[in-house]
Amino acid sequence: MSATRREFLKIAGIAAAAGAAATPAFASFIPGNILWPRGESKRDEAYTAKRWAMVIDLAKLDQKVVETVREACHAAHNVPDFLKVAGMGAGEAKRSEIKWIWPAKYESAFPNDMNEHMSANVTQRPVLVMCNHCDNPSCVRVCPTKATFQRADGLVLMDYHRCIGCRFCMAACPYGSRSFNWYDPRDAKDPKTLVGGRAVDPGFPTRTKGVVEKCNFCAERLARGEAPACVAACKNNEMVFGDLSDPESPARRLLRERYSVRRKPEMGTGPQVYYVI
Amino acid sequence: MLDKAIKGSKLYWWWLFILFGAIGTGFLAYLYQFTHGLGETGMSRDISWGIYISQLTYLVGVAASGVMLVLPYYLHNHKAFGKITILGEFMAVGAVFMCLMFVLVDLGQPMRMFNLVLHPSPNSVLFWDAVVLNVYMGLNLVIGWMVLQCEKKGDVVPKWVKVLIYISIPWAFSIHTVTAFLYAGLPGRHFWLTAIMAARFLASAFAAGPAILLLIMLALRKASSFHVAWDTLKGLAKIITYAMIANVFFFLLEVFTAFYSGIPGHQETFYYLFTGLSHHGHWYGQLVPAMWVSLILMFTTIVLLVVPQWRNSEKVLPVTLVILVAATWIDKGLGLVIGGFIPNPLNEITEYAVTLPEILITIGVYGMGALVVTLLYKIAIGVREELENKPRIIGAAEHAAHGHAH
Repeated sequence: MSATRREFLKIAGIAAAAGAAATPAFASFIPGNILWPRGESKRDEAYTAKRWAMVIDLAKLDQKVVETVREACHAAHNVPDFLKVAGMGAGEAKRSEIKWIWPAKYESAFPNDMNEHMSANVTQRPVLVMCNHCDNPSCVRVCPTKATFQRADGLVLMDYHRCIGCRFCMAACPYGSRSFNWYDPRDAKDPKTLVGGRAVDPGFPTRTKGVVEKCNFCAERLARGEAPACVAACKNNEMVFGDLSDPESPARRLLRERYSVRRKPEMGTGPQVYYVI
Repeated sequence: MLDKAIKGSKLYWWWLFILFGAIGTGFLAYLYQFTHGLGETGMSRDISWGIYISQLTYLVGVAASGVMLVLPYYLHNHKAFGKITILGEFMAVGAVFMCLMFVLVDLGQPMRMFNLVLHPSPNSVLFWDAVVLNVYMGLNLVIGWMVLQCEKKGDVVPKWVKVLIYISIPWAFSIHTVTAFLYAGLPGRHFWLTAIMAARFLASAFAAGPAILLLIMLALRKASSFHVAWDTLKGLAKIITYAMIANVFFFLLEVFTAFYSGIPGHQETFYYLFTGLSHHGHWYGQLVPAMWVSLILMFTTIVLLVVPQWRNSEKVLPVTLVILVAATWIDKGLGLVIGGFIPNPLNEITEYAVTLPEILITIGVYGMGALVVTLLYKIAIGVREELENKPRIIGAAEHAAHGHAH
């Protein structure tokens, strides 16, 4: 804990110095493996890494945290909320739901890691689940148009304008991380509002009906030099984002110090969201 | 030859009228779905493929089954099938056409479908499925048409057509293999992740496809001048028998692996389909009755097919075949695709309930396929009639009367 705090201060110091110097040569020394305990760690140029990954501290998650995180993500990405639509039956709303990051039960997130008589501290806590930005993503493999693709830094992204909506990727994802726009996510009467009442954030594109979407590890925020929205919303380092290729990155440190699990590693997908217990 | 399609009896025109009605209704339902989104179907985040992709899967089998007529004739010189290979080829054209339409109505952004061609992705099985299906449709259309034309003119079938025929034989196996690979290569979907999927698909296809063909031929015996000898049909019934036994055998192999290994992931969908699953105090088992009906019917058809008296009976066989088509349709056109999504990757259960627009669109697509098959069959039968009438010296009046009837 204190280590990560120190790490942050150190990096923040370097970043501040870099900002002051503002020369390209110096800026290249800024580690891209930054840990963001708060949303304020912003800088003027894009964050880059060899291999982005997320480490989630399960011990710190509670109902309040997961709701805050989900809200931050879904607001930043113009995700509609069908559960809030008046007049739509619960069944239909649930079928139409779009989810980028959401709380799941431990037994749902880790169906193969359920033991008898487990500590309630583990099994009763919510688990934040999201796209795992796999090393070997089956969704990318099956996409017939390359609408979903993997970037060199590991991010698995979507081109919403190329997707034909065949949903092969949804069948291929072993994590249920992908959502389909069964309906138009925008309010039919008011284009500035999303279904469910949220106002459209013009900083991120809204989607059209008939395309698949999912968590993008906030590629657009990284490009602006901002932490992922979920990480920025965490007050207490519940989620740590960083460059796994750097042994000194806070993400690597956390993995070194604590016992970690991943969702269904036996699928060979190489999920890059780690959970420390 | 096209003119044959626009001359027909009252029955023929009534049949076309019904088909156009189904297509028109389906088209309106599609406009509704297109405007509102695929949310108007019973599909969901968890069951992301439904009845459309199920029909694609079933009909790829029907298309592939044309080879069960072509192969014995061209590779084994089984002369009896010579007269009916054209029916297999033209049915394949209609079936693949329906497959492509079912993919189209299932797309969220159908206007972008050419992205498949603009950004070809050889790593995607769907890309290869589109390739093999389109080529197979082309092969059968060209082969059927050329053979018919040669027959009409009394020419020998050109060599290049023969080459295409030989290519079409393994190609038929490829379309159903690649379609099985759509499912069998996905991590995390235990019910589909099985090496025997392609073989099982082919077995059920070679039972159901020829069964449909045989039923059509029996109908043609009643409704047209096209009379296939009963002995020929008996030969086809034997193929259906073997294929159906293989189909059920492969299914039992799946059951053994799932339940003797005792691995929960492999068992869960079987439980969902045949006993239902309890989850958080709620029981889910929508498909249980249908799956049991399918299973019982499958064993029933095997008995009815294996016993020679029943298989060779003109009264029993049609009933057997109708049962067989129903049983395999439930198994493959309903249970296989939908069951594979249950439970979902988070071990939760969402069920699937088909909606009215979905049903109407499905019927509409079947209408389109039936229209294609009808027109092609009408042409083929018209050409055959002409040939049969030609060598005989008949009175002008009789000729006119005969021509009028069809």
